[in-house]
Amino acid sequence: MKNNSIKKKESALIVLQEEIAENVYSMWIETDISKNCIPGQFISVYPDDPSKLLPRPISICETDNGRLRIVYRIAGEGTGEFSALKKGDHIDILGPLGNGFPVLEGKAILIGGGIGIPPMLGLARSRNKNDTIIVSGYRNSDMFLEKELSNNGTLMIATEDGSVGIKGNVMDVLHEKNLRADVIYACGPLPMLKAVKEYSEKTGITAYVSMEERMACGIGACLACVCSSTEVDDHSKVKNKRICKDGPVFNVKEVNL
Amino acid sequence: MNLSVKIAGVEFNNPVMTASGTFGSGMEYNEFIDLNKLGAVVTKGVSNVPWSGNPVPRVAETYGGMLNAIGLQNPGIDTFIKRDLSFLKDFDTRVIVNVCGKTIDDYTEVVERLNDEDRVDMLEINVSCPNVKEGAIAFGQNRDALYEITDKIKRVSKRPVIMKLSPNVTDIADMAKAAEAAGADAISLINTITGVKVDINRRSFVLANKTGGLSGPAIKPVALRMVYQCAKAVSIPIIGMGGISNAEDALEFMMVGARAIAVGAMNFHDPYTTEKVVLGIKKFMQDNKISDINDIVGCIE
Ligand SMILES: Cc1cc2nc3c(=O)[nH]c(=O)nc-3n(C[C@H](O)[C@H](O)[C@H](O)COP(=O)(O)OP(=O)(O)OC[C@H]3O[C@@H](n4cnc5c(N)ncnc54)[C@H](O)[C@@H]3O)c2cc1C
Ligand SMILES: Cc1cc2nc3c(=O)[nH]c(=O)nc-3n(C[C@H](O)[C@H](O)[C@H](O)COP(=O)(O)O)c2cc1C
Ligand code: FES
Repeated sequence: MKNNSIKKKESALIVLQEEIAENVYSMWIETDISKNCIPGQFISVYPDDPSKLLPRPISICETDNGRLRIVYRIAGEGTGEFSALKKGDHIDILGPLGNGFPVLEGKAILIGGGIGIPPMLGLARSRNKNDTIIVSGYRNSDMFLEKELSNNGTLMIATEDGSVGIKGNVMDVLHEKNLRADVIYACGPLPMLKAVKEYSEKTGITAYVSMEERMACGIGACLACVCSSTEVDDHSKVKNKRICKDGPVFNVKEVNL
Repeated sequence: MNLSVKIAGVEFNNPVMTASGTFGSGMEYNEFIDLNKLGAVVTKGVSNVPWSGNPVPRVAETYGGMLNAIGLQNPGIDTFIKRDLSFLKDFDTRVIVNVCGKTIDDYTEVVERLNDEDRVDMLEINVSCPNVKEGAIAFGQNRDALYEITDKIKRVSKRPVIMKLSPNVTDIADMAKAAEAAGADAISLINTITGVKVDINRRSFVLANKTGGLSGPAIKPVALRMVYQCAKAVSIPIIGMGGISNAEDALEFMMVGARAIAVGAMNFHDPYTTEKVVLGIKKFMQDNKISDINDIVGCIE
């Protein structure tokens, strides 16, 4: 009766780990699940410290030939522990989890704000580069992934201090350049996602956002990670959706931000 | 080697169960483990109508444990019967349905709906969830209220009834005795211990609900003490839980008097925990030449 699921918890070998901006790390790990994930999905990453029970959800940045890359910022003790690991060490992961970005034809704008940028790289790589505009927002010139992104689409940058690109945030780029497309994909802080929803409503462009919430199981069983949905959800029968299972990617029309 | 245990006439393949609310109805964990290897699947609390639960954040990690204030979100008994019970039909494991409610009538409505469902082997009554303000807390924290609800449910239920006790009381043995006196077929404990986590930078509680229920390895010593006290106080079977992460933990609970055990929060840390506990118990029995698991239940006086 057991499903032939590809999901599993495993101890994965770290093949590369480097700091790519201040407190932002890029880690490549070796895992079979890399062959079965789609952009926008995430993995649960487990601290080794036994006092920490819960997994840390981290987006899949990109995959390549049996390897999977995550890019993460030190946000606390768990991610701090991950950042101290070296090539040759192992790390416990579970995945791939969540739904991922839906594939849509036509021209797309990919918006990444801060540590929401990583999943946009995998998405950009899965698309036709000529139909892909990428807008990424950083605090300052201490940027990350900008080279890889510019190889996979037309990259436009916003920095809060104006040191690179447009001064301001990703939405300032959209407004200033009056960007239009068939679909928008966005990942970043909540205020940014709210602005994306407004932009989508104003322009009529379909938009998908990747959401965040505290998780426990990461697989849809515990109902810790819900977000408010505009309609009664088919699984929960209330106006709630599970970010880990029904998301993390939602059409902006489905969710209240 | 015999791993099977009997509770209120129901036989379980082994004493390892899932703790309610940490395992859904098994659909999601079925992608990781073989549900047929479990003694029972204990499902998430279900009420007469759908419940939306609490605002987020609903969980917070704490040292060696976690706080939760899910608020018993569930799709209601109609969907539960149609979807969840149908899903469980295909498995060779016992099904224990956890029931929650705001009033005694809410509970008995669900219990009556489940009377005709063949797939249900037992009921577990959650009178101890500390998150719902509107009454559920009272049943589990007051001796007379516990007696009354147990009695009312026993009068309508065609299935054996397990009363799940709250640890948030002064005298757990007294509560166990009240449940037994009212006719409960078994008791399970412990539910979560009420706690709080503070974010000093935001000067606020981490959980939107402010308080939550503590579970995980951090609560194991308290849970063991309470199971032991109840085992001394009553003669109905006990299902023990609270911080179980491996077979050694499970055996501790059984030795102080639990006939079966349940794994909760540790499923989040490792979805294979329940299967590993079953294997570990088998190995302990082999290594120590124990032919029947029932021989160790309550072996510590
Ligand atoms: C679907 C999803 C994808 C994510 N992708 C990335 C990514 O690609 N790169 C990246 O740097 N970060 C990402 N995050 C955020 C990342 O999960 C948190 O930064 C991380 O959990 C912090 O753990 P910690 O132990 O360092 O911090 P602590 O604050 O010590 O963590 C304490 C607890 O809170 C949880 N927690 C804290 N912050 C968050 C948060 N923002 N979201 C969810 N849980 C949190 C932790 O998991 C842990 O259980 C993602 C979050 C989600 C939900
Ligand atoms: C996320 C979560 C949800 C829970 N939901 C329920 C529930 O619906 N009904 C119930 O009786 N107990 C519920 N519990 C309590 C557990 O079943 C168990 O009694 C408790 O967590 C102690 O066991 P543990 O330390 O192994 O987790 C829940 C616990 C957690 C962590
Ligand atoms: S984290 Fe458990 S349902 Fe999403």
